[in-house]
Amino acid sequence: MHALRTTGHQTIPAVAARYRNNFLKEVEAHVEDGEWVKMCMQCGVCAGSCPLGAHWEHPPQELFMMIRAGKRAEVLTSDAMWMCTSCYNCVVRCPRKLPITQIMHGIASYAQELGLAPEVQPTRDFSIQFWKNCTKTGRVNEMKLTVGLYFKDGLVAGIKQVMNMLPVALGLMKAGRLNPFELLRGHSPKDQKGIAAMLKRARAIEAQRAPVTH
Amino acid sequence: MADKKFAAYLCAGCGLGEVLDLGTMEKVVKREGKMQVIKRHDVLCSADGVQAIRDDIANEGVTHVLIAGCSRRAKTEAFDFPETAMARANLREGVLWVVAPGTDHDEVRQEMADDYIRMGCAELKKMAVPTGNPNCASNKRILVVGGGMSGLTAAIEAAETGYEVLLVEKEPQLGGWAAKLYKRVPFREPYAEPQDTGLAELIARVEAHPKVRVHLASTLAETAGAPGRFAVKIATESGAVTQEMVGAIVQASGFSTYDLAKLPELGGGLPSVVDQAGLEQLAKAANGGVIQRADGQAVSSVVFVQCAGQRDASGTHLPYCSGHCCATSVKQAMYFKDANPDVDTVVLYTDLRMPGMGEDFYRSAQSKGVIFTKGQVSTVKAAGTGCSVNFRDLILNEEVTLGADLVVLATGQVPNSGVNIDLLAEPAAAEQTPTDEASATPVEPAAALPPSILNLTYRQGPDLPQLKAGLTDSHFICFPYETRRTGIYAAGPVRRPMDMLQATDDATGAALKAIQAVENAALGRAAHPRSGDLSYPIVRLEGCTQCKRCTVECPFGAIDEDERRFPVFNESRCRRCGTCMGACPVRVIAFENYSVDTVGSQIKSLDMPDEFSERPRILLLACENDAYPALDMAGVSRICYSAFVRAIPVRCLGSVNTIWITDALNSGWDGVMLMGCKRGDDYQCHFVKGSELAHYRLSKIDDTLTQLSLETERVASFEVAITDSRRVAALINDYAETIKRIGMSPLKGFN
Repeated sequence: MHALRTTGHQTIPAVAARYRNNFLKEVEAHVEDGEWVKMCMQCGVCAGSCPLGAHWEHPPQELFMMIRAGKRAEVLTSDAMWMCTSCYNCVVRCPRKLPITQIMHGIASYAQELGLAPEVQPTRDFSIQFWKNCTKTGRVNEMKLTVGLYFKDGLVAGIKQVMNMLPVALGLMKAGRLNPFELLRGHSPKDQKGIAAMLKRARAIEAQRAPVTH
Repeated sequence: MADKKFAAYLCAGCGLGEVLDLGTMEKVVKREGKMQVIKRHDVLCSADGVQAIRDDIANEGVTHVLIAGCSRRAKTEAFDFPETAMARANLREGVLWVVAPGTDHDEVRQEMADDYIRMGCAELKKMAVPTGNPNCASNKRILVVGGGMSGLTAAIEAAETGYEVLLVEKEPQLGGWAAKLYKRVPFREPYAEPQDTGLAELIARVEAHPKVRVHLASTLAETAGAPGRFAVKIATESGAVTQEMVGAIVQASGFSTYDLAKLPELGGGLPSVVDQAGLEQLAKAANGGVIQRADGQAVSSVVFVQCAGQRDASGTHLPYCSGHCCATSVKQAMYFKDANPDVDTVVLYTDLRMPGMGEDFYRSAQSKGVIFTKGQVSTVKAAGTGCSVNFRDLILNEEVTLGADLVVLATGQVPNSGVNIDLLAEPAAAEQTPTDEASATPVEPAAALPPSILNLTYRQGPDLPQLKAGLTDSHFICFPYETRRTGIYAAGPVRRPMDMLQATDDATGAALKAIQAVENAALGRAAHPRSGDLSYPIVRLEGCTQCKRCTVECPFGAIDEDERRFPVFNESRCRRCGTCMGACPVRVIAFENYSVDTVGSQIKSLDMPDEFSERPRILLLACENDAYPALDMAGVSRICYSAFVRAIPVRCLGSVNTIWITDALNSGWDGVMLMGCKRGDDYQCHFVKGSELAHYRLSKIDDTLTQLSLETERVASFEVAITDSRRVAALINDYAETIKRIGMSPLKGFN
């Protein structure tokens, strides 16, 4: 589970020295599966396997090299890791068995946590909406999530999107796969309190993580 | 062998009996071949057939056997009669399987078979049973030159196989470079941590072994003789000389490091720059503790620069990759990380080459936090107390300047090959030496030469011939350890750059080759590649004109000269290629079973169709190492080629005497094809220089052809590989077309 942490809790180090272990160590300490970054052997199979490869600013192996080269700002402000669609092609193919997909989400998550993620990024917007939506009750409300995404760019754009998707929505309703009344209230899991407690505990564990040191 | 008795055995098996007219062949054997015993057998290679031949040898006194059936390369175990001279007429692979099937071709097919029978009879008449080298010597002691990892391994392996060993080391202690290492790259599972060299244990084993005698602080003042009887003078530093006899020599003279002073652009000479050997010294001093620079300064960041002064295409530095340096740098980066994980270590490579289980070692270094990046270093400059490394990061595609307290340059191995004998001035021989591309380099003054390792008394020079880039080798792939001096084997980094593990394997291999050499020498037999051959060159000195071509051209330095400038054959050094025989202008050199006559008489034995017959005759002299097997394979694969060709196997294209070609053309042959192995830098010739020499000799033949008013196309040479079965057939067919185009030889009917 790659939860997006929306509250920064560390001081942001200004610069990382080039080709020192500083930023690598920071990534290892704060990015999920970050300890794998040093194991990349730069074969480029991930870059060649990525179905969205052409749209990436930096392919995964280059991001790993940038981390090792101490290019902290470039990595954390990059759009690249946000482009990952979790197809896991790279993970399957990596000869060094790096959990590349997980690391991509880990870096994205860390950049978001530090407030360095790019402002306009559809994946980021979706992730934030998703997280807010599902942590509210402990269950994703698909109607609210979808409509929320449609209307994120304003009323006119939202209506257009709704009209576009209306035939699909009607079809889904006919098949019993979509309940429009979910928009009003929606249903929630039985033990909502339990889920809230779990999330609270998870945040507490996260807060105990080693702060960034230099 | 006073009475010669000739017998011919015709095989009717494998379809020969159905397709060919054995009756005609029997007539040829009887009337033209004058064979005294003629027999036909349905399956000659069967136990019954072989027994029939054995009975004739035992009861009828048959001394010479012609077997007309399959190729000389087939059924060699069945047709093994070492007490007789034997010729084989290749009717199966050479006729039946390569002439197009069908009755349309019956006539040419039968002509071809009859001709091979004629040729076989003619060859057999001129053959004698090889008796073995009479000058053989049986000293079986093995001299190992060099007491490093390779030399120690060769010594202990030979000793444990039961052979006496003499080990000569120029330093006052054993160990070589291995003794200067703090630790070595791991060679055992899990391949994760630098390992102890194990050298002390190996030295102890060598020193304690009763069959090994060690000479320290000694060099070879002189090496004379031949396999089985090398006389070596061992000189100590004080000047004392002892003479010893040995049977074979393993040269494990190792390597030197590339001179750092030649790399000023990479900081060679700066106090913050060392080579890998220099770093081993620092690591050894630290002995597991924190590594400091020689000037005592602490090191918090290290940069390893791979391929420093290596893999250089410009010709300034070493052209090759030394193979071990990537793993060595990985190991050395671990020295730092193991002592203090906070030391930053960066390895800048262009290709990280970690052969064998090196990948595990690489992974281990990565997990320790060593940073690797693909980078091309342009300069290393002094900066503050350390230096700055300027490089292009080839992954991030940008120029970077990186500060470091210490830079380690991965420089290469320079083989200790001794004197490059190609550079020795040879005023007398210069005009006769072929001027190929390799020897076209200007002769350098002798003052620039390094000291000799072996100090051979051979006329060809004091050390082993070098292959390329100063490495003492013959052929990386086909025959490692072999050198062009019989009985002397190169092992370890003197042969090609390598790491300790490879050197250990290499030394073991070379020790076994040396053992083979002494065993073969003791029996008067040839060494590789005609291992076990009992024939040897016999020279009729009364006919010799002292032209020295044999001594100059022998690829193995087997022939010296006496004070009257006559050649002195050292049969034990000879590889039996016959290059001397091919070179000799007065044709006084011959082997018992292979001579100018054995081939010449075949060439002259044919019934030559006349000029108007439209049936040309093409002579094909094919090297028996690659070309002849390729022809056989064409047969096995039923690839058809022209039935006008007649192939004669030769030991090496170098053994082709130009008289054969002249004789062939004078006898009315319409064309002569020569097929040998690839020559030049990437040669495949089993005798190294044979095909090159043949090519050189043939380059002169056009003049002769023009003088004879013949087209230059009438003689053509080709380089073929053993895998070229399809190509040899195509070459033959193309050549047959050429002959058709230029017409039949005008010289028919004059012989």
